[in-house]
Amino acid sequence: MAASTCCSSTPCKHHSPSLPKPYNSSSFPSHLPLKFRKFTSRATAAATVFCTLAHDAAAAVVMQEAPPSLDLPRPDSFGRFGKYGGKYVPETLMYALSELETAFRSLAGDPDFERELDGILKDYVGRESPLYFAERLTEHYKRPDGEGPHIYLKREDLNHTGAHKINNAVAQALLAKRLGKQRIIAETGAGQHGVATATVCARFGLQCIIYMGAQDMERQALNVFRMQLLGAEVRPVHSGTATLKDATSEAIRDWVTNVETTHYILGSVAGPHPYPMMVREFHKVIGKETRKQALEKWGGKPDVLVACVGGGSNAMGLFHEFVDDKDVRLIGVEAAGYGLDSGKHAATLTKGEVGVLHGAMSYLLQDDDGQIIEPHSISAGLDYPGVGPEHSFLKDTGRAEYYSVTDDEALEAFKRLSRLEGIIPALETSHALAYLEKLCPTLPNGTKVVLNCSGRGDKDVQTAIKYLQPLLPLPSARHLRCFPSLPLSHTHDPSPLLLHSPASFDFGEAFRFELKRVSHIGMTLFGFIDGSSTDAQGMDAYCRSGLAFVAL
Amino acid sequence: MAVALKSSGFLHLNNPRNRVFLPRTPSQLQTSSSYSSSVKRFSPMAALTTAPTVGLSETFTRLKEQGKVAFIPYITAGDPDLSTTAQALKVLDSCGSDIIELGVPYSDPLADGPVIQAAATRSLARGTNFDGIISMLKEVVPQLSCPIALFSYYNPILKRGTEKFMSTIKDVGVHGLVVPDVPLEETEILRKEAAKKSIELVLLTTPTTPTERMKAIVEAAEGFVYLVSSVGVTGTRESVSGRVEDLLREIKEATTKPVAVGFGISKPEHAKQVARWGADGVIIGSAIVKLLGEAKSPEEGLKELENFVKSLKSALV
Repeated sequence: MAASTCCSSTPCKHHSPSLPKPYNSSSFPSHLPLKFRKFTSRATAAATVFCTLAHDAAAAVVMQEAPPSLDLPRPDSFGRFGKYGGKYVPETLMYALSELETAFRSLAGDPDFERELDGILKDYVGRESPLYFAERLTEHYKRPDGEGPHIYLKREDLNHTGAHKINNAVAQALLAKRLGKQRIIAETGAGQHGVATATVCARFGLQCIIYMGAQDMERQALNVFRMQLLGAEVRPVHSGTATLKDATSEAIRDWVTNVETTHYILGSVAGPHPYPMMVREFHKVIGKETRKQALEKWGGKPDVLVACVGGGSNAMGLFHEFVDDKDVRLIGVEAAGYGLDSGKHAATLTKGEVGVLHGAMSYLLQDDDGQIIEPHSISAGLDYPGVGPEHSFLKDTGRAEYYSVTDDEALEAFKRLSRLEGIIPALETSHALAYLEKLCPTLPNGTKVVLNCSGRGDKDVQTAIKYLQPLLPLPSARHLRCFPSLPLSHTHDPSPLLLHSPASFDFGEAFRFELKRVSHIGMTLFGFIDGSSTDAQGMDAYCRSGLAFVAL
Repeated sequence: MAVALKSSGFLHLNNPRNRVFLPRTPSQLQTSSSYSSSVKRFSPMAALTTAPTVGLSETFTRLKEQGKVAFIPYITAGDPDLSTTAQALKVLDSCGSDIIELGVPYSDPLADGPVIQAAATRSLARGTNFDGIISMLKEVVPQLSCPIALFSYYNPILKRGTEKFMSTIKDVGVHGLVVPDVPLEETEILRKEAAKKSIELVLLTTPTTPTERMKAIVEAAEGFVYLVSSVGVTGTRESVSGRVEDLLREIKEATTKPVAVGFGISKPEHAKQVARWGADGVIIGSAIVKLLGEAKSPEEGLKELENFVKSLKSALV
């Protein structure tokens, strides 16, 4: 059921004849099954022009092109959504990607595969997930005159492993088995996708290796243990910024090296084609169930869909079913971290520029030199500097709207749902929940809002404790005179640390790196810029940043 | 002497490469033996500073005439720092490199193994950026006798704008470009903009590339065809895969363009073997980058570099 309508809804487009010589377009798909080539595109002549659009955003080629249209196949046969998507990977992977696409398309129409997948989704994952009317949350958003929207939560948090990630992991594991690959690799940020992958590898008896940024491993130690318990090997990635983007790069490198024996279970709708399409297809069950459930519950469709966006898989899973229903509003919520102007956020669609990351052309966070910058979010799962190409496309066409929410707002929402509904949401999901604060006052009475409750928050309680615990008052803090050779690595006492230092102290990179490391293991640090910044709010801000420091 | 032998093919008076040997300051004549031997070719013709020097394909053609295999080292710009890179480029040139690949450091190098990854991280941490690399090249390229090919991932190119990128690198005298994360299907814009500025866009083929696709790639490649020797990322390896011999044969059946083999080649024996199998060029990256990056000091690194490169070059003679 999950992937059955794939081929019919997105017909494979035959190669555009306008590709320049000497590349002979017919030579490329020669290994694809014959039936693939018989598909004709329902796209018009405009689509042909479309394919040769300048993929380079800056080389603005002026052609008589249609503006990005939702009527064209998403993706087209090159794996593009408008100008986004594609396959920007080392040549070594190109064959594996086309092999994967072929396998996917053939399995998508295979009733045995469908039946097997449906069975696992039902009996192992626990689908279908409920569409739950959040009564007290709805009450919370009622205006003084008693009017307000009706909030429903799509309970992906009730799936086995506690998040939506398993939908994709299970289907890809089945796909890998069909391809005869015995070794599975994956990247993970928060650990949810890693846990889902380790889970399915245990279930199917596959060798599992998970790449996780060393920083993330510290933030989500519980998930690391879970993966190991499930039989996976978790490899820390120290290169770059040691977070999700680096884990993804390392996983891609592993795949480049072991492509003949290994299948890479990419966790989101990002990456090179066919991943954005495949992962969306495996998650679209979320939207399909929602349509059915909405019909059962109120005899109609949802009016607004809200979901958090990191890479974009849970959002695509919910949205895809409704993209062609123009009367359904699609809202994605990204992480604004410390604020959009702080430079420490992960709001790719709001603040990013178009570029190429991990195989796909999409919006991404980069500096002036085209280097990928390290994003920040309190939630590891949203802490990704890129976003799925289909989201970039939906944003440009105006079909979906994207907003962002800060760490603080997410934490408030985290508490709010826990208190009002007895559901502790994942910090990622909390971002979507936080946006309801801005959204609900604008919605007419009775608007049906479906929010994707993409995961549960058990994995986040340690992080939440750190941020939600009241700060200790200053007098009880220890004092430490600090000199250039500050032995921070030797201090394990978690009580707040006060630093005084001579004005000439060098708060250079090595020191800041130490600070970051220390703040991640739970120490609270205070600093002063000058005497007037010692008020509680100022200290709070410095404490959170962990890096804002100076001397007294 | 390698340098003298190499230059014996280039006797065209019109060849603006002679400008390389125009003494700018008397001290330049004394600094390196390569300069002193080449003063003989001092041409009275004034050179245009932006006149094109010999490109990649041309270099291969000349080498072929002499029955020689190209020696192509790779280094990452800015590791340990840009001035060392500038020095290294001169050392590589004077030790007889035929083409030099210069890597632009990138935050997420998908095709690179730990050695080059670490070099990129170090370089970026020092604040290396594209403009810095271009200024350095502006100074150094006129002093080199062999062409430079830049090795860059796609995003930094896109960020500047492909057209602007190509003119910028052309202006400092770069001849070729390798972009490892753009597959053939996506190279259209790159090829178009590169062609406008006569930059040769080198394309890569690998052991996993099916024959039909390989043929399409070699047809479109310019400068030379980069044959990746193994299924994996850059990095030194104990031996070169035997598949390279078969792959070389297959490629040479499909094209007369020169083929250079890279990834994993780290010893003179490797270079010799690959040359014997029919490669027109040998690319050595991680082994050299490791040397420079792990040396106790830049000066020591450059010294070790010179020794190592001489040993590699002698294996190809």
